[in-house]
Amino acid sequence: MQTRVNPTRMELTRLKRQIVTARRGHKLLKDKQDELIKTFIEMVKENKRLREEIEKDLEMAFRNFTMARSQMPQEVLEESLMIPSARISIDIGKQNIMSVNVPKIKINKEEGSNIYSYGLATTSAELDSAITILSGMLDKMLKLAEIEKACQLMADEIEKTRRRVNALEYVMIPSMEETIKFITMKLDENERSNITRLMKIKQMVMEG
Amino acid sequence: MSMYKIAVVGDKDTVLAFKSLGVDIFPVLNEKEANFTITKLAKENYAVIFVTEQVAKEIPEKIAQYRNQMIPAITLIPSNRGTLGIGIGEVKKSVEKAIGVDILFGREGEE
Repeated sequence: MQTRVNPTRMELTRLKRQIVTARRGHKLLKDKQDELIKTFIEMVKENKRLREEIEKDLEMAFRNFTMARSQMPQEVLEESLMIPSARISIDIGKQNIMSVNVPKIKINKEEGSNIYSYGLATTSAELDSAITILSGMLDKMLKLAEIEKACQLMADEIEKTRRRVNALEYVMIPSMEETIKFITMKLDENERSNITRLMKIKQMVMEG
Repeated sequence: MSMYKIAVVGDKDTVLAFKSLGVDIFPVLNEKEANFTITKLAKENYAVIFVTEQVAKEIPEKIAQYRNQMIPAITLIPSNRGTLGIGIGEVKKSVEKAIGVDILFGREGEE
């Protein structure tokens, strides 16, 4: 594919400069893509590991919790959990990984050292153990949220970068090359016809 | 840096367990409620929203909507009825999107 241009020297110079820029851009983007993918693979491995771990732990916690629920009346259970003693909020910072902004979560715990918000008399031991597992897991779950978000954002960026790299590599640069070739050939052609013309005129002058 | 909150959205029995940790819980019963709740939470100061897979299954568009935004981060968790594999599927989707082929999970079959 070749863009329609005037075959002039000026156009040729302009295009040659443009193709240099395009090639440099392509190289930079390609490097960025490689690095992004490298980081991404590391992160996604961590993501997978963390998720599997959390799903397993959560299952255990829920099993305990279900046990607790079956041993206690619904109202008592809800009442016990009604007023949590801990209060958690988070700070979100930004981290820049290869021009992708990913969230960085920092946890602020305001607590009572006691995670059990209830008296021990009416509740069962299974509830305690469920709560203990869960509270230990929260940090990990937030870590998962963070890393999973980062992975999603990076996947997006990689896709975008790849599209740009491909557009440069397979469309823009070849089309420019072709146009340059076209102009060069046209200019050469003009030159040749000019020479022939001059020779012809010279011959006519000499004969005349 | 400002303060953000954490929310857990899911069926009542699942989210109740999280109550004592100090995160905010939002029990939802159906698709409509779930959509509404998540929209509301995203507008408020919730940066991390854990959604159970059972609920997420019903509202894939809503979940996808926040995929490309930095905040909120919607993370799927299994409910008390066990995992449906959607969460891990999302990770897989990311990999396929980024690399084109599934390099992490394909190997599992051989092992």
